[in-house]
Amino acid sequence: MSKLVLLGDEAVAQGALDAGLSGVYAYPGTPSTEITEYIQRSGQARQRNVHADWSVNEKTALEAALGMSYAGKRSMACMKHVGLNVAADPFMNAALTGVSGGLLVVAADDPSMHSSQNEQDSRFYGKFAMIPVLEPSSQQEAYDLTRYGFGLSEKFRLPVMIRVTTRLAHSRSAVIRSAAREENSMALPANLRQFILLPALARKKFKLLLSTFEELEEEGKSSGLNRLEKGTGKKRGVIACGLAYNYYREVAEMHRLDDPVLKISQYPVHPELLRNFVNAVEEVFVLEEGYPLVEESLRGVLESRYVIRGRMDGALPRDGELNPSLVEKALGVREGQPVTVPEIVKDRPPALCNGCGHIDMFKALNEAIADYGPGRVFSDIGCYTLGALPPYNAINSCVDMGASVTMAKGAADAGMFPSVAVIGDSTFTHSGMTGLLDAVLEASPVTVIISDNSTTGMTGGQKSHATGRLVEICGGLGVEKEHVRVMIPLRKNHDKNVAIIREELAHQGVSVVISQRECIQMVRKKRVS
Amino acid sequence: MKKDIILAGVGGQGILSIAAVIGIAAVESGRYLKQAEVHGMSQRGGAVESHLRISDKPVHSDLIPEGECDMILSVEPMEALRHLPFLAAEGWIVTSSNPFRNIEDYPVDEQIFAEIRKVRNHILLDAEKIAGEVGSRRVSNMVMLGAASVHLDLPAKKLEEAMETLFGRKGEDVVRMNIAALQAGRDAGKRV
Ligand SMILES: Cc1ncc(C[n+]2csc(CCOP(=O)(O)OP(=O)(O)O)c2C)c(N)n1
Repeated sequence: MSKLVLLGDEAVAQGALDAGLSGVYAYPGTPSTEITEYIQRSGQARQRNVHADWSVNEKTALEAALGMSYAGKRSMACMKHVGLNVAADPFMNAALTGVSGGLLVVAADDPSMHSSQNEQDSRFYGKFAMIPVLEPSSQQEAYDLTRYGFGLSEKFRLPVMIRVTTRLAHSRSAVIRSAAREENSMALPANLRQFILLPALARKKFKLLLSTFEELEEEGKSSGLNRLEKGTGKKRGVIACGLAYNYYREVAEMHRLDDPVLKISQYPVHPELLRNFVNAVEEVFVLEEGYPLVEESLRGVLESRYVIRGRMDGALPRDGELNPSLVEKALGVREGQPVTVPEIVKDRPPALCNGCGHIDMFKALNEAIADYGPGRVFSDIGCYTLGALPPYNAINSCVDMGASVTMAKGAADAGMFPSVAVIGDSTFTHSGMTGLLDAVLEASPVTVIISDNSTTGMTGGQKSHATGRLVEICGGLGVEKEHVRVMIPLRKNHDKNVAIIREELAHQGVSVVISQRECIQMVRKKRVS
Repeated sequence: MKKDIILAGVGGQGILSIAAVIGIAAVESGRYLKQAEVHGMSQRGGAVESHLRISDKPVHSDLIPEGECDMILSVEPMEALRHLPFLAAEGWIVTSSNPFRNIEDYPVDEQIFAEIRKVRNHILLDAEKIAGEVGSRRVSNMVMLGAASVHLDLPAKKLEEAMETLFGRKGEDVVRMNIAALQAGRDAGKRV
């Protein structure tokens, strides 16, 4: 069938559509965003009326996907790795309820933290929940494994995780499609108690999950996704997971290596596969993008006669993403002296755009809070996090979505005054609203500045569910009307805005300042089109 | 035939458009392609790069190994130097000479140019000037692609067709201006 040039993310999306997807549920987050955006643009999806609107956060997304699965249809929830923390509750529990229609959870990890707060490895979540994890090594596999994943999910009645990492998610290559399958029709689960996790039922469900695990290992052996590629070498063997497989193949071609390779793209891995492989060689290199999941399982803690090399013995760095050169070094085949970057080359970190409303907000805040001294501003995740950098130096925290509001409350409880939160509009509806209710319930003296640019800016300008609703939301949560203030962050309003923030900083209860001006990138985009 | 290219610049300078044009042209010429892009945070005015690999055999890694890159194609001179560890001994550095100063400690132009001239195979072009002459500084990126195309195994015709595919939606004028920029860059590249 037809050949397309797709990002890894887009290959997942196309694979899902061709597998008969009825709905994708997601909150944006690098490097997962392009999966949902592709489905939103797809004519095929529009024609079938596939659900593709953004959810408010990853937890609501995964729950909605589970609901669609309950009703018999194939659904998918997509998120960045830290999004899975937010969705961890439905994720862990969906492993017990099981699914009806096929359910995929796509977790996009970001080793090296190109656009993230950490580099957690989602495969551990898969292991924790005891569900199958598929880890494609190429765009074509991203397409194929997504299609296979839906079948796998329906076969074992379990959610299945697709794990991609930045380099696959955001790299383009040709993908060959196969014939599209029809969507499932709506059907209630055969057992109407399947999704009720009352303790007595949940205990049974857990036993069922435990007893399925061996079958999952068998499946990983027979699917061909964990396969032995014979080599002439006897000394060294290479276990290559997901994308790391490509790096080995690249290096092998450059240096004419011919080691036996165990290519892994499906978890759990059958212990026998690993045992047989390790026994046939003198030394095993484990290459995996992320944390040493397989490596750790091979090493254990007891004395062992096996020689295992990888991230845990320093053959490869313990942190950061892999690349061909690191694999070359690990295998001891790298030649020549490395060239260094000339000293005159300086770092060029990201920065707030010229004309960005966050800038005027920070200038007003900095002036208004100056009398109290530095160190009183919690913030959150979004473009405005760049307010941490010079020349603003305006914020003192960035932890997880929504944490600005709740940390401000906790610090206020400890007696810090004023205690300020700076949060974006999309982040506020993602996870800030519940924390604001906490503050309202105790009339905590906090000032929450919602820097509202009417979009989800950092991830490329997706719809923000806060747009046009912030005053009502804050009022509805119980913030006093006279302490919900709106200001327009423009240079000409600077003095007025400083005065507004100053008044609210002095207030001994909850106040919200909504600083409202559209993202300059979105304004430009509209002007062009 | 195998070409490994690193595209470099600052977020917003249009390196993804260069990547897209080369990518379409390569696939239309029946080549294998892998192209790793940068999305997300650094697009906000930070340093960005794209690894572009074209070959007549399947490509394994999405990333180019150090020391193996055939060309660094940059729309900003300091950004070109950031990727020097990747450049092969016989590789080309093709870069615009127009600095993008959005950091305080940006080095002196002459220091940057001197480093670039240390690389035997280099093209250093005032892309903004050339782009201005064909219509708009906004197409500086395509001027650089034109200059680079002299050393890429892709026919100019294929690149022009790719531009039509990519910019066709935006109207004929946009296509024409981009193609003019490509040709002007190509002429300038040949003269070096
Ligand atoms: C749990 C979680 N989900 C998603 C992200 C990715 N993410 C980081 S910033 C951001 C957008 C925030 O938008 P907004 O709060 O409106 O601020 P803006 O970037 O527009 O200034 C998103 C989606 C994340 N870091 N963590």
